[in-house]
Amino acid sequence: MRYLPYILAGISVGGQYALIAIGYTMVYGILRLINFAHGDIFMAAGLIMIYLSGPLTLWLSLPLVLVLTVLLGFVVERVAYKPLRDAPRMSVMISAIGVSYLVQNVALYITGGLAKTYPTIPWVSDTINLFGAITKRVTVITPILTAVLIAGLVLLIKKTKIGMAMRAVSRDFETSRLMGIKINAVISVTFVIGSFLAAVGSALYFANYTAIVPTSGAMPGLKAFVAAVFGGIGSIPGAVIGAFLIGISENVIKSGGSGWTTFSDAFTFVLLIIILVVRPTGLFGEKQTDKV
Amino acid sequence: MLKIRDLKVNYGAIEAVKGISFDVPEGKIVTLIGANGAGKSTVLKAVSGLVKPKSGSVSFMDEDITSKDAALIVGRGITLVPEGRRIFSDLTVLENLKIGAFLRRDSLTEDLNWVFQLFPRLKERSWQHGGTLSGGEQQMLAVARALMSRPRLMMMDEPSLGLAPLIVRDIFDIIREINQRGVTILLIEQNANMALGAADLAYVMETGRITKSGPGSELLRDPAVKAAYLGS
Repeated sequence: MRYLPYILAGISVGGQYALIAIGYTMVYGILRLINFAHGDIFMAAGLIMIYLSGPLTLWLSLPLVLVLTVLLGFVVERVAYKPLRDAPRMSVMISAIGVSYLVQNVALYITGGLAKTYPTIPWVSDTINLFGAITKRVTVITPILTAVLIAGLVLLIKKTKIGMAMRAVSRDFETSRLMGIKINAVISVTFVIGSFLAAVGSALYFANYTAIVPTSGAMPGLKAFVAAVFGGIGSIPGAVIGAFLIGISENVIKSGGSGWTTFSDAFTFVLLIIILVVRPTGLFGEKQTDKV
Repeated sequence: MLKIRDLKVNYGAIEAVKGISFDVPEGKIVTLIGANGAGKSTVLKAVSGLVKPKSGSVSFMDEDITSKDAALIVGRGITLVPEGRRIFSDLTVLENLKIGAFLRRDSLTEDLNWVFQLFPRLKERSWQHGGTLSGGEQQMLAVARALMSRPRLMMMDEPSLGLAPLIVRDIFDIIREINQRGVTILLIEQNANMALGAADLAYVMETGRITKSGPGSELLRDPAVKAAYLGS
């Protein structure tokens, strides 16, 4: 079946987009902020991996990438967003754009503008034969790992105390404070989770690529953002469904030949325009009620 | 128990509270009545730590809690039932109660039993989302949620707002019952009749200042209060 490799690649990329998209949608759910720096944190996770995998073994560098990326996400929130908690939402968004460029520029400075080779992760990057389609093992690992992480996240949000606090804070800051919830702690947890998932997504995503440049986070970040908007920003299941849909569609389009391959990125953004025109709140988005 | 001294609160350039002082004695029902915009809600928000006062002091059980973090104030035993109930509409009734006890680490069974006994309707609906309750039920949930923190002082902002008269009477009966259990009550009301009837001590607040005080039954007979707030 000639579509199979494309569908497999689509599911895999979809899972990677989903891991990034959750970060966008959760931060939006709590702060009503589109965290433009999220794609760059995803890229930074890749760069951190490159620099750590030189001196360290994989089993040391991989967890360290997760820790450092989480730390980066946490610091960005504390330094660039927290001081603007009472400022108009537009100011925070501009701060996010600033952070995005800052991270890219720091990356440019560190790499000297050269494309850095992403390390081959043994086993994960191995070539396998799946139902006659030749692909990397990461293609199979991604959807499984994504499903496990999402299931864990859903449990965390539905069943734990911190999850309950996150749901409360996403609805009403003031009343949450009256319950004794520390808003800033809950917001930090949200950024930590988002950055963690982006770091995992980064290791899976870049396993398919040979090199990273400072703008490598832009395109996957943007597509994950479109996925979040498509699913209804603020909704986690929406973001996941949107991500798989975009991942699969843009790969199936490529099966049409080289002429179509050029169109695959454009497809995502045409989809964005259509969804914004037809259903601005996305698949599972809440009705446009501004927070009171 | 609660001592407020010369409290001033500004919203930007607007002086919402212009230096008020009053006491809430332990074990009593105290009410603060006054017209819309007199600054009553702002006083409660300043006590709970939601807004920072410009000057003045708030002390609770002889501890200065002026401008302290809201979480710390809840931990000290002050809770606020906010105006408009503000229940979490996509949390279940049970979750709304549990979140009221957010800072507690001990068992909640006893407290859940008590609030379910006070409000049997909440027990029937404990698995429903908060948003599906009627206005009266939401008010009950807001009170129950506040009780879950085991408060020593419960402040209530307009609990009767938008409720049918019969339900308002139920709510006031329950306020008395909660008070008999040893919880001090500070109540803000526009429904001055009900509030003064229930209060051991009442303060009248006008444009950011306290203008009158006395036992509730006394103010209920005061001609000026009658004319201004009781509509007779």
